Amino acid sequence: MINLQHISKTFRKQTETVEAVRDINLTIERKEIVAIIGPSGCGKSTLLNMIAGLYPPSSGSVVYKGKHVTDVNTDVGYMTQKDNLLPWRTVLENIAFPLELAGVARSERAARAAEVIKHVGLDGFEHRYAHELSGGMRKRACLARMMLYGSETALLDEPFAALDAQLKLAMHDLLMRLAAETEQTVVLVTHDLMEAVTLADRVLVCTRRPATIALEHRIDLKRPRDVLNVRFTNEFKDHYDLLWERLRVEYHEDRV
Amino acid sequence: MTASQTESAAAAPDQAAAPREFGPGFMLACQVALGVSLLLMWQGVSGRLVDNFFISNPIDVGRRLFEWISNGSLFLHMWATVYATTLGFIIGSVGGIILGVWLGVSPFTGRLLNPYLNALNALPKVALAPLFVLWFGLGIESKVALAAVLVLFLVFLNTYAGVREVDQDLIDGARLMRATRAQVITKVIIPSALSWMFAGLKISVPYALIGAVLGEMIAANRGLGYLVQFSGSQFDTAGVFAVLIVIALLAVALNHLVELAQYRMQKWRVVGN
Repeated sequence: MINLQHISKTFRKQTETVEAVRDINLTIERKEIVAIIGPSGCGKSTLLNMIAGLYPPSSGSVVYKGKHVTDVNTDVGYMTQKDNLLPWRTVLENIAFPLELAGVARSERAARAAEVIKHVGLDGFEHRYAHELSGGMRKRACLARMMLYGSETALLDEPFAALDAQLKLAMHDLLMRLAAETEQTVVLVTHDLMEAVTLADRVLVCTRRPATIALEHRIDLKRPRDVLNVRFTNEFKDHYDLLWERLRVEYHEDRV
Repeated sequence: MTASQTESAAAAPDQAAAPREFGPGFMLACQVALGVSLLLMWQGVSGRLVDNFFISNPIDVGRRLFEWISNGSLFLHMWATVYATTLGFIIGSVGGIILGVWLGVSPFTGRLLNPYLNALNALPKVALAPLFVLWFGLGIESKVALAAVLVLFLVFLNTYAGVREVDQDLIDGARLMRATRAQVITKVIIPSALSWMFAGLKISVPYALIGAVLGEMIAANRGLGYLVQFSGSQFDTAGVFAVLIVIALLAVALNHLVELAQYRMQKWRVVGN
């Protein structure tokens, strides 16, 4: 469904050139959950930005459902570490924003938003502003907004990096439930290996900059997974160790 | 912060007492007392240390004010100034906001016009007054134009900066949700730049007044600017002071109005505001 063909990206900033991504080939199937893991600043986010069509690759092409992505890809929902909630809008108005853009009537917007708000457990906070919410609540709001928008693909760029461990688990659980319910394809960029193995069907290990794919590994843990306990199984440990072995090389090289 | 400070002060009894909190009533009383003593000093100095001709005295000024109020002429002049200020402010703000948003969202035009706008901005706008008198005549229109031009540039510069400052991620987010260009502008860019626009509007209020008063001083037959000019030319120091007081009060009132409007319109308080 998502097809990256030999994509590379080089940024030019005056005299400096930074090669962020080099020759990545990748196919992501529908309803698949793919985690991309690698050292911080290795170009993982650049990859997502190109899938979202926010900027074009320097070479190669991004094909989404058989079509070349040349402009913003409105079939995807994008969620970053920095939750992009509009600070002058309440939770309800933020979550209903995609419907408002689509020209849905106010009463219908409110009704449909109220439904997803309940679903992500934000009821009672509809009329708060984003800065009045905790980090976890803001993530919930983002997920709810994405749900209401109904994107078939979710691009997640280290969405839970700023949350504490317990909250992260709760968000993992919510994300997995929502992805299963809405049959979304998920591309998750993270530097948390535990998160990657817990959530993904497939984990891609990226090298440090310029990002290339160093290792591709399928996680065949059965679904639905229990986010709290899956990490204590032996299979989980095997996947984790194998990936960490490769990832460690990247981190080690990073330090030299 | 304040609570923890008072707590720590209370926990250390051997320390000097925390600075006293002054109630608003107490401070107001002090301010009134200062004002009254300044007036008394003025009255005392005038005619004794400094010639009454140069600094007049509060009693004469008060008498002049009363005279103008009772014969109604003050209100005629005030109205002319308020009218020119308000109209100039409205025209200038609307123009400045439109220009700022337009240039802010069109990078090409923005950069194309940049040097020209800088040159125009560097120009002391007051120097345009003779031109406005020529174009719009001696009536209220030339004062409105002068006020509007002063306001326009301030509001424009602030709006432009605000639009350039909008978080690109918010714009991208909206575009990914199928927002049209018009929707991005009205639902993301303008609300996001609103605090900048307000800052521009706020600082430009006194300039609108300056524009109107200056315009009246140059060529007019009514308005507070005309009145101050006329009083000066009649060597009527008391009259000049009386008008200055009225202008100052007017400026304070206008500032309060803007603050009120900002408070009403912007529920969400912007960081750094």
